[in-house]
Amino acid sequence: MAKVTVDGIEVEVPNGSNVLQACEAAGKEVPRFCYHERLTVAGNCRMCLVEIEKAPPKPWASCAYPVADGMVVHTDTPMVRAARRGVMEFLLINHPLDCPICDQGGECDLQDQSVGFGMDHSRYSENKRAVKDKYLGPLVKTAMTRCIHCTRCIRFSTEIAGVSDLGAVNRGENMEVGTYVEKALSSELSGNLIDLCPVGALTSKPYAFVARPWELRKTDSVDVLDAVGAAIRVDSRGTEVLRVLPRLNEDVNEEWLADKSRFAIDGLKRRRLDSCWVRRDGKLARASWPEAFAAIEAKLRGLDGSRIGAVAGNLADAESMLALKDLMAALGSANLDCRQDGAHADVARREFYTFNTSIAGIEEAHALLIIGSNPRREAPLINARIRKRWLQGRLSIATIGPAADLTYDAANIGAGPETLAALLRGRHSFAETLNAAKKPMLILGQGALARPDGAHVLAASWQLAAATGMLGPEWHGFNVLHTAAARVGALDLRFLPGPGGKGLPDMLGGGVDLLWLLGADEFDTAAIGGDTFVVYQGSHGDRGAARADVILPGAAYTEKNGTYVSTEGRVQRGALSVYPPGDAREDWKILRAFSAYADRPLPYDDIDVLRARLEQVNPVFARIDILPRFGCGDTRGPACDPDRLRGPAFTPWVANYYQTDPISRSSPTMAECTRVHTPATAQAAE
Amino acid sequence: MLSDQDRIFTNLYGLHDPFLRGARARGAWDGTAAILARGHDTIVEEIKASGLRGRGGAGFPTGLKWSFMPKEVGPRPHYLVVNADESEPATCKDRDIIRHDPHTLIEGSLIAAYAMRAHVAYIYIRGEFYNESVVLQRAIDEAYEAGLIGRDACGSGWNFDLYVHRGAGAYICGEETAMLNSIEGKKGMPRLKPPFPAAVGLYGCPTTVNNVESIAVTPTILRRGPAWFSALGRPRNVGTKLFCISGHVNKPCNVEEELGIPLRELIEIYAGGVRGGWDNLLAVIPGGSSVPMIPKSVCDTVLMDFDSLREVKSGLGTAAVMVMDKSTDIIKAVARLSAFYKHESCGQCTPCREGTGWMMRLMNRMVQGRAELEEIDTLEQVTRQVEGHTICALGDAAAWPIQGLIRHFRPVMEERIAQYKAAHAAAINQPNRSAAGRLAAE
Repeated sequence: MAKVTVDGIEVEVPNGSNVLQACEAAGKEVPRFCYHERLTVAGNCRMCLVEIEKAPPKPWASCAYPVADGMVVHTDTPMVRAARRGVMEFLLINHPLDCPICDQGGECDLQDQSVGFGMDHSRYSENKRAVKDKYLGPLVKTAMTRCIHCTRCIRFSTEIAGVSDLGAVNRGENMEVGTYVEKALSSELSGNLIDLCPVGALTSKPYAFVARPWELRKTDSVDVLDAVGAAIRVDSRGTEVLRVLPRLNEDVNEEWLADKSRFAIDGLKRRRLDSCWVRRDGKLARASWPEAFAAIEAKLRGLDGSRIGAVAGNLADAESMLALKDLMAALGSANLDCRQDGAHADVARREFYTFNTSIAGIEEAHALLIIGSNPRREAPLINARIRKRWLQGRLSIATIGPAADLTYDAANIGAGPETLAALLRGRHSFAETLNAAKKPMLILGQGALARPDGAHVLAASWQLAAATGMLGPEWHGFNVLHTAAARVGALDLRFLPGPGGKGLPDMLGGGVDLLWLLGADEFDTAAIGGDTFVVYQGSHGDRGAARADVILPGAAYTEKNGTYVSTEGRVQRGALSVYPPGDAREDWKILRAFSAYADRPLPYDDIDVLRARLEQVNPVFARIDILPRFGCGDTRGPACDPDRLRGPAFTPWVANYYQTDPISRSSPTMAECTRVHTPATAQAAE
Repeated sequence: MLSDQDRIFTNLYGLHDPFLRGARARGAWDGTAAILARGHDTIVEEIKASGLRGRGGAGFPTGLKWSFMPKEVGPRPHYLVVNADESEPATCKDRDIIRHDPHTLIEGSLIAAYAMRAHVAYIYIRGEFYNESVVLQRAIDEAYEAGLIGRDACGSGWNFDLYVHRGAGAYICGEETAMLNSIEGKKGMPRLKPPFPAAVGLYGCPTTVNNVESIAVTPTILRRGPAWFSALGRPRNVGTKLFCISGHVNKPCNVEEELGIPLRELIEIYAGGVRGGWDNLLAVIPGGSSVPMIPKSVCDTVLMDFDSLREVKSGLGTAAVMVMDKSTDIIKAVARLSAFYKHESCGQCTPCREGTGWMMRLMNRMVQGRAELEEIDTLEQVTRQVEGHTICALGDAAAWPIQGLIRHFRPVMEERIAQYKAAHAAAINQPNRSAAGRLAAE
C-alpha cells in the first residue's frame, strides 16, 4: 500500500495504482475521457491533469502516473484548472455544436465536463472539422465529426471483445476511427461501444432520436435472452421499453452486455399476443378470457391426468413454471418437461447441471476444456470473461467440437465424444495439461448434451473432471453452460417427467391429448400429434402459437416480476418495467386464474406466497443474487464407460446468435443483424 | 576554433573512401577489442566522465542514460536503438555521418551495445534516406565480413548483431518511444512515460535510444580519453558538435566545431557570412525548427551551446542553424513551420492534435494580417495550452517557434494586421456587413 495525499486528504491505495485512482479514493473528482477502469491506459485525452509535488512542475496525466509512497497530489490548483480549461477548449474547437440533435445529450461526458471545467465562450473562429460517418453495422450509429479520439472504442474492441475491427487511420487532426475497410462490427459485444463512447460519436442505431434520458423510467432487472443472467436496466417510457443498458455486476457481466440482450427489445413490440385466441373450425379467433378458459376446461373434462402434458419454454420465470407444475399435479399429470432441445440433465445433484466455477471464478482457472460449446455465441459475456483470463496469460484452452474463432487461442483437439474418451484414458496430451494445472476447469455445452448419447457425455465429463483434479474441496471445475434462461430454474423445480410421466418426445405424436406450452417455441411443433389439443401460453406469436388451439397471452420478461436462475445457479429477480399489452397478464396469474376456473385453485393469491412456495420446493430460491462458491464435496458421479463414447461429432448449438427465442425472432434489429452477419446458407437452413 | 587534430568526423564531406579501408585509415576500428576489454561499466563511466550530452536535441547526458540500463541481464534481453530518423527541418548531420563515415556509427553501436549488455542493435533510418541506407548496409556487411561485428565481434567474445530498419517518413517516429512502436510494427505514436525505455522498451525489454551522432562520437572519445573530449568546449557543454548551417548564408554547410563557439563566428568563418553582410541578418533559428528563434541583437553575442542558448530562451536542439536575412517574411516562415507540425502531429493526444491545426490556421491568417490584434494573445495562449500538456515533445516543438516569433517580432505582426485593415478598410467598414449595420441602413 502507498500513502498518497490528495488535496490534504491522506489515502492508502495499493501499489501499482495510478494517481487518478488515488484521487478517486480521496473522493476527488478528476475529469477524464480516455481513461476507463477496464481498459488499458491510453493517456491521450489529457483531461485528467493534476499537479504532483516534487515532480517537474507541469501538469501530469493522473491516469498514467503510478503512485508512490508519500506522494502529494493537488487536483485543484490554478495550474491544473488552467490546463484542464485548455484541454477542454481543444476538445471543443472541432466538436460540433449539435447537442440539440445529438442522442448523447443528457448523458454526455463532454457536455458535463465542459460545464464543469470548460470556458464560457469559444475563441475559435476557423472552420470546424467535418468527418464522414462510418458504417459499423446495424447496431452502432456513427457521427464521427463528434469523435474526440479517446480510442476507448478501439481499446474495447481489441482488448475486451477480442476483434481487430476498429482502429485509427491517418494522423494529426485527420486521424479517424474506423474499420479500415467498411464492414459491420463482428463482435457480439459491440453495443458496449455505445456506452463507452464519452460523446455522441457512437450511439445506438435502433434507439436513434427515440428519447432523451430524462424522459425514461429506469427499472433494474435481469436479462433472460441467454443463460448468463446479466444485470440490466430497462429504460421505458409509457408502455414501451425503449432501451436496455447493462448494470454493474462484477460477478456476472461486469459492466458489459451482449448485443442480443441489448438490442432485441424491439421484438417486445412486435408479433405480440395481446388477447386470447381460440381455434374454431380450424381458424384462430379472438376470444375473451372466460371463453378461452372454457375451451380448455371443456377439453380437460374427463381427461385422465396421464393424457395431459406441459412444456416450459426457455424464457419462463420460475414462478409460472411452479404454478404450471402445481396445476399439472392438481390435474394428476406427471408429464412435464423443460428440455425442448432434449438435453440430458442429471438432477441428482445440483452441481451436475450448473456452472459451478462461477463466472468470476473463471479468472482463477489455469486450464480450460470446452466440450461441445461455442461460448462466444452461447454466452458472449462468459466468453469475454474467458478472454479476460486468457489475456492475463498462462491459461491453456482446448475445445472439442466444431472449430470456431472464440477471440482467444484455443486448440481444437477433436470433434466428438471419442476425443473425450481419449482424454479419459489419458491418451491425449491435453489430459496432462489438465492434470498439471492447479485449477483446471471444463465447460460442457448444450451441443454435447442435447443428443442421444448426452448422458454418456455428461458422465464422461464428470469422470474426466474427477480424474484431472477439477473437483477439489476448494475448487469446482465442472461447468454446464446453458443457453436458456429458464433451464436451471426449471431443473431446480424438477420441471421434468415425474414418476411414470412422459418427457417431451413421448408427449409428441399423440402421446398426450392436451399439451400446455408455457412459452415453448424451440421444438418442432409439427411433431405434435394431430389430435392433441395445444394450449399456448406466451408472449409472442411464434411457432407454438401457430399450432395452438387456445392462446393465452402472457407477459414478456420486462412485463413481469419473475425469478430466474442463471447457468451459474444464481437466483435473480427481474422486475416489471411496463405492463403487458392488451389482455396479456403475468403468467403465474393466468395459471392461478385458470386453476380457479377449473375448480382446482392453487394455494397462492399473491406473488409473495408463491415465492414462499418456491423456497419450500427448493431452498435455493431463498438466496437471491448471492451465489456462494462451493468446492466439490463428493467426486462420485454418474458412471461412464469410455467405450460407449462413439457418437457423431458435436454440432454447433447456436447457429445464429441473433435469433434464438421468440423475442429476438420478432425483432427487426436482430433480423438485420442476421442478414448482415450470417452467411446466406445458414439463413436458408434456419 | 577546432583544430583539425581534434575533429572526430574526418570524412564529413565525403572526400575520402567511406568504407572499411578508408575508415581504418582514418583510425576507425583501431583497438576496438581493447576498448571492449575495459568492461561494460568502465565504458559507461568513461562516457559519463567525458560529459557527452545527447546530440539528438534534448542534450541529456549520454553516459547517465546508459547507466539507467539494468546492470544484470534478466530474462529479457537488452536492446540498443540508434535514432537515424533525422527529420528535423534544416538538420542533415546524421545523414552525412551515415553516408560518409558509417563505420564510426557501426563501431559506436558495438561499443554502446556492449556497454549496455545488448547483443542486438537496430538503426532506425529515415525512409527518405534510401541511398544512405544502402551505404550503411554495405558498411555493415563489410563489418560482418571482417569479423568486426557478428559472432565474437572484434575478437572480444561478445556477439553483436546490427540491423537497419527503414522508417516510412513520419517525423514523429524520431521520438524515441514512437520509434520503438514503429520498429515493433505498430503505429508510430509515442508511448506514455513512465515506464521509460530503459525499463520497458523495445518488445517490452530494456532499451536505450541514442542519436546517431551521440553513438558515432563514442569510439573516438574512448580512444582519446574522456579528458580530451571534456577539455573541448565550455563547462557542461563539452566536446565537438556537428553544426548544419542553412538559409541566407553565402555557403550553407555542415561543420564540426567546438560547442560554445560564438554564433557569429560560426556563420562568418564556415558559411561565408550572412547574405548581404551581418547587418542584413534578421533572425536565426539556432537548433532545428523546434526551437524559438533569436533576433539579430541576440545573435551578435550568443554562444552555440546548450546552456547559453537556453539563457536566451532558445535551445541548441540539433544545432541546425537556420539563418534568415531581412528579406524574410518572418511570419510566413513560422507559419510554414506550423504547417509542418500540423502535418506531422500523430493525433494521439488532444492538445497537439487540435492545437497544431488551430495554430497553423491562426498563423496563416497572421501572414495576411487578416486577424484582430487580440488574436496575437490568443495565439500565444494557445501555444501555452499545448506546451507541456502533451505525451511527447512534439507539442512543445510546435509551440516554441510561434512563441519565439511573438516574443521578438510582435510589432511586425501588429503592423501586418494594421496594413490589412487599412487595405481592406472599405470592405470592413461597409455598413451592411453586420446585422446592426443592416438595421441602421434600413
